[in-house]
Amino acid sequence: MSANFYYGIEVFLNGLMAGVMYSLVALGFVLIFKASGIFNYAQGVMALFAALCLVGFQSGQIPFAHVINATFGTEIHHFGWHMPALLAIVCTLMMMILFAFLVEKFVLKHLVNQEPIILFMATIGLAYFMEGFGDLMWGSDIKKLDVGIPQGGNLWLEENTAFLGGDDFYGFYIDNLDIWATIFAAILVTALILFSQYTKTGRALRAVADDHQAALSVGISLRAIWVIVWSIAGFVALVAGIMWGSKSGVQFSLSLIALKALPVLMLGGFTSIPGAIIGGLIIGVGEKMFEFLIGAPFLGGATENWFAYMLALLFLVFRPQGLFGEKIIERV
Amino acid sequence: MLYREAGDFKTSYAKDQQTFPILFDRWGYFIMLALAFIVGPMIINDYWLNAVVLPFLIYSIAALGLNILTGYCGQVSLGTGGFMAVGAYASYKLMTSFPDLNIAIVIILSGGVTALVGILFGLPSLRIKGFYLAVATLAAQFFLVWLFNKVPWFYNYSASGQISAPERTIFGYAISGANALPHISYLFCLTFVVILAWGARNLTRGVNGRKWMAIRDMDIAAEIIGVNPLKTKLTAFAISSFYIGIAGALLFAVYLGAAEVGEAFGITKSFLVLFMIIIGGLGSIFGSFAGAAFMILMPVLLKNIFVGQMGWPTDLAAHMEFVIVGGLIMVFLILEPHGLAALWRTAKEKLRLWPFPH
Repeated sequence: MSANFYYGIEVFLNGLMAGVMYSLVALGFVLIFKASGIFNYAQGVMALFAALCLVGFQSGQIPFAHVINATFGTEIHHFGWHMPALLAIVCTLMMMILFAFLVEKFVLKHLVNQEPIILFMATIGLAYFMEGFGDLMWGSDIKKLDVGIPQGGNLWLEENTAFLGGDDFYGFYIDNLDIWATIFAAILVTALILFSQYTKTGRALRAVADDHQAALSVGISLRAIWVIVWSIAGFVALVAGIMWGSKSGVQFSLSLIALKALPVLMLGGFTSIPGAIIGGLIIGVGEKMFEFLIGAPFLGGATENWFAYMLALLFLVFRPQGLFGEKIIERV
Repeated sequence: MLYREAGDFKTSYAKDQQTFPILFDRWGYFIMLALAFIVGPMIINDYWLNAVVLPFLIYSIAALGLNILTGYCGQVSLGTGGFMAVGAYASYKLMTSFPDLNIAIVIILSGGVTALVGILFGLPSLRIKGFYLAVATLAAQFFLVWLFNKVPWFYNYSASGQISAPERTIFGYAISGANALPHISYLFCLTFVVILAWGARNLTRGVNGRKWMAIRDMDIAAEIIGVNPLKTKLTAFAISSFYIGIAGALLFAVYLGAAEVGEAFGITKSFLVLFMIIIGGLGSIFGSFAGAAFMILMPVLLKNIFVGQMGWPTDLAAHMEFVIVGGLIMVFLILEPHGLAALWRTAKEKLRLWPFPH
């Protein structure tokens, strides 16, 4: 076997790992869409916001320090403590729950019964709002996020696979962070499935997803469900934010992962959790392999920006509801 | 009292079907046009032209285009930035390949090229609907930007990857390149805006517009009453892209002068134009202008307040701007989902009775 073949396998494995990262973001979209029919564009910004809060709590930054300094001419920056990672995560989770509550109270409640597209645009507004708000609160400089997840190439794997190829093959390079992300994603998905199958709240969530009016008529509070769903989506965003933030630093571009998750959703279907996972894997592998085999050698590289979208677009032409989406039945 | 339709009798079909059937409206528009064409160039200075008026004119064309597709035909598009890039690069290639071609023709032709690209990316809209389509148009956005970035033919193999507009004249006055005269550019863009807005108004109240609206309101029902979805959706895509392409060509040739595709025509442009039509009002010609004016003026205003008055650093002011824009969009959608145009309609209702409401 030539070294190139093994590099191909390495690219494939890394694609799978990247796919898991996309799925993490896509999961949040699916949860909210299923429960409230809202296509939440702000999911990526929620991940950014969660990561910003986490870093802020961890390093003891004073919220809105920049604004206060600019308005009153003071010079404050830090409280001067360092919070342990676990406590900071809990605090961030509180923030996300508070956020879910506020969104329901001030935005969603007033938009009940509007057309889906109006709701979608409202979440774009929400995304802008949170992006600016997060930057105002914690500053826009690039921050380093470290909650103790090991990073860097996995040496064990590299050493033990080096014998496969010839002299110019050094073993598979896979980032530890990606491996951990996969483990966390697996735990998260299992937990979500257990939650929605075996708890009372989970059953209520599924009822709302199935039929709003029927759920209302058996006494399920729609507004409470929405707060719960947005809180869970906030939690998923936090996990995604930790993973992506540890990988590439916490900064504005983190919110753009939402754009990476959209083709995953199209491919997998907006309403299916397994769809989000499998769609993510297909997109991750597809774009890495395309870049490796065709993009980089023939098309000048950077095809990852659009390949996922084109793949999803072509796919949708043949199956408009995505891989696992519910069949779209239209009536006049 | 002030604004009234009563007593305005029409005695022929032609009169009944003219663009502005109400006398008051007609005079209002004539006076506005006269002001814009004659008084405008006299009183306006270079700062206002470059900071506010030119971008307003150019973006209102783009907003008109997107409003035709999204507001009238109901197909949400997030690919506006990509289509503007097509217009810009088409005009660049035409200007450099045919130096003798008149700039006005170049810009119209680039609109035509964009219309063709729009039809191509509009084809999936027959199968894909709603959110799936909105996301699918992002494919156009990312693919087109990548294409213009990676294929050197589009930017004539220039080392920087930028395109810059060569000098072109109209009636002997330079309107693009380094020696462009701002007032001539203003009149040039204004002419385009007036013609295109007049065209859009008449298109949307004619057969095509009604077909678009039928498709928007319910595409299956429209199909059953005999509206051909293929033709209707594709004409909407084509005409919308034509407008957006012209806006892109003007933005590049007349306003920016030089452009780098990722920066000038990125996804933020798509959202900017989308916000314009949401705030202005979906499915309204007036709304496109109102929204464009709002989204162009507000950053200038906010910058003056935060940086000029309160002395904040520019990055803080930029974040505050994000918060305010996002907040306003949500507030608008909650209070008035039909945008500024609906407010204007209410104002007209009120004016009809004012000052004697009984």
